[in-house]
Amino acid sequence: GAGLDGLSVAIVGDIAHSRVARSNLTLLKTLGAKVHLVAPATLLPKALTEKADSYSYSLDETIDEVKLDAIMMLRVQSERMNASFFPSEREYARIWGLNQDRLARLGKDTFIMHPGPMNRGLEIDARSADSDRSLILDQVANGVSVRMAIMYHLLAGGTE
Amino acid sequence: MTKFTLVGATLADGASANITVSGGTITAIGSQTEGDIIDVSGLVALPGFVDLHTHLREPGFEQSETVLTGSKAAALGGYTAVHAMANTHPVADTAGVVEQVKALGDEAGYVQVQPIGAVTVGLEGKQLAELGAMAQSKAKVSVFSDDGKCVSDPLLMRRALAYVKSFGGVIAQHAQEPRLTENSQMHEGKVSTELGLAGWPAVAEESIIARDVLLAEAVGSRIHICHLSTAGSVEIVRWAKARGIQVTAEVTPHHLLLTDENARGYDPVFKVNPPLRTANDVAALREALIDGTIDIVATDHAPHPAEAKDCEWSAAAFGMLGLETAASIAQEVLIDSGLSDWKRFTEVMSTNPAKISGIEGQGQALELGAPANIALIDPKASRTIVDGGASKSDNQPYRGLTLKGAVVHTIYRGEFTVRDSKLAK
Repeated sequence: GAGLDGLSVAIVGDIAHSRVARSNLTLLKTLGAKVHLVAPATLLPKALTEKADSYSYSLDETIDEVKLDAIMMLRVQSERMNASFFPSEREYARIWGLNQDRLARLGKDTFIMHPGPMNRGLEIDARSADSDRSLILDQVANGVSVRMAIMYHLLAGGTE
Repeated sequence: MTKFTLVGATLADGASANITVSGGTITAIGSQTEGDIIDVSGLVALPGFVDLHTHLREPGFEQSETVLTGSKAAALGGYTAVHAMANTHPVADTAGVVEQVKALGDEAGYVQVQPIGAVTVGLEGKQLAELGAMAQSKAKVSVFSDDGKCVSDPLLMRRALAYVKSFGGVIAQHAQEPRLTENSQMHEGKVSTELGLAGWPAVAEESIIARDVLLAEAVGSRIHICHLSTAGSVEIVRWAKARGIQVTAEVTPHHLLLTDENARGYDPVFKVNPPLRTANDVAALREALIDGTIDIVATDHAPHPAEAKDCEWSAAAFGMLGLETAASIAQEVLIDSGLSDWKRFTEVMSTNPAKISGIEGQGQALELGAPANIALIDPKASRTIVDGGASKSDNQPYRGLTLKGAVVHTIYRGEFTVRDSKLAK
């Protein structure tokens, strides 16, 4: 694997309700990376923005101003729309979704990540999810291994 | 238009100066005389006025007003920018409608028309409108309001106050608890009791303002309160500002002058939302405008056709004209009263409204390089208000009154829209 020191990772989406955002914020920073949070103001709690290296309401500005090594899109639940965190799926996708225009403006070495499951067309479009820079399938595979390891250590009490 | 110089203008700070305008910009201030000479001795030259609360009625209610007729009325009032409220038909809750309103304003060419976007879809108070789409449209909406109606659902208001931060915008609340004002007709008090008209309690406004300033504090957002009308509302805003809450507030000219006593006689020209209140409220609002608790004068210009006003009080629509008379009323409250000055006048009529909205090129001090948006007032003129103004409607509450002060010239982006108190184009 590669070291994460000094790398920049953006986490984009429903930060407020995401376990992934919380654990990644802690782990990435522990491993030396810089974390940038992007979301509408309704989904960016102060307790988390205070821990991040930066936060923004604008995905376009973040892509244009920060040299990102990876961008992690979080799943957006449509229930959040019904609780008025944003007006519509269309507006969410337009402003905070990873689409071809934004994919083109990311560096050609920027990795695309997503913890899954994905709402293709909402927070991430299909072509971004399936692009050659996407690590999403690796994330799924690695997630299985990590869960196995955690369960083994907790249940079997082993240290190997 | 060719270069011209306004000679002998009095500026807001009392200094006398000649102002040269060329290519839409102020190119010199001093004792120069360049280009066509226009004598403005005796006139006060101020940044063109900015109205944060106007109803232009188009699309959908063109029988009352259109963007063109409303723009003309605004220019006659010394305005070079107006913010058009969203309660049109269709409601201005999408990028499409706000872009259309802006295009109509640009085509009319009398003032800068800046659309306001609705907070909720259809003003129904149930679902957030696409604030982002409107903010990022050609209309560049930054002020959002369901005015006409209150955003009464506290969760929706909380989300709106938070969501609008994503675009640097502000929610402007029409504070009216709907359950306390069902079928209300006029201010609830001694006069309403005597007249037998259903009352509109002050607490219906105050309770929403109290809730919303606390929500703004919790969310860490700005909030703007439309048409403050009661002494109690003033106290709440004063408290909130002292606490560091980012609240701004407006007052209409009619709430600075008229009271519920005007309802005696049942003339619906005096029916308005929020209603005309008591003399005590008027005094508190005037004091607040001077001491800074209230940030701006905003007309809430609300034209209605005869069918909606020439009827019994309870059937009549709410609202009165305001654009062509606002400056005179501001002059009475701030200047002729001896209680304030033209600097404060400029703040409440131009600088502060432009700051709240973020509109570019407006509300800027008259200085070298500034856009040439200028209003020239003759403070000593006296005019009796009659029908036949530029508005398509005639619901004029000051009919027959004599008001001091008159707008003589209005210059918008370097061109005269009003010359010698008449439309110039």
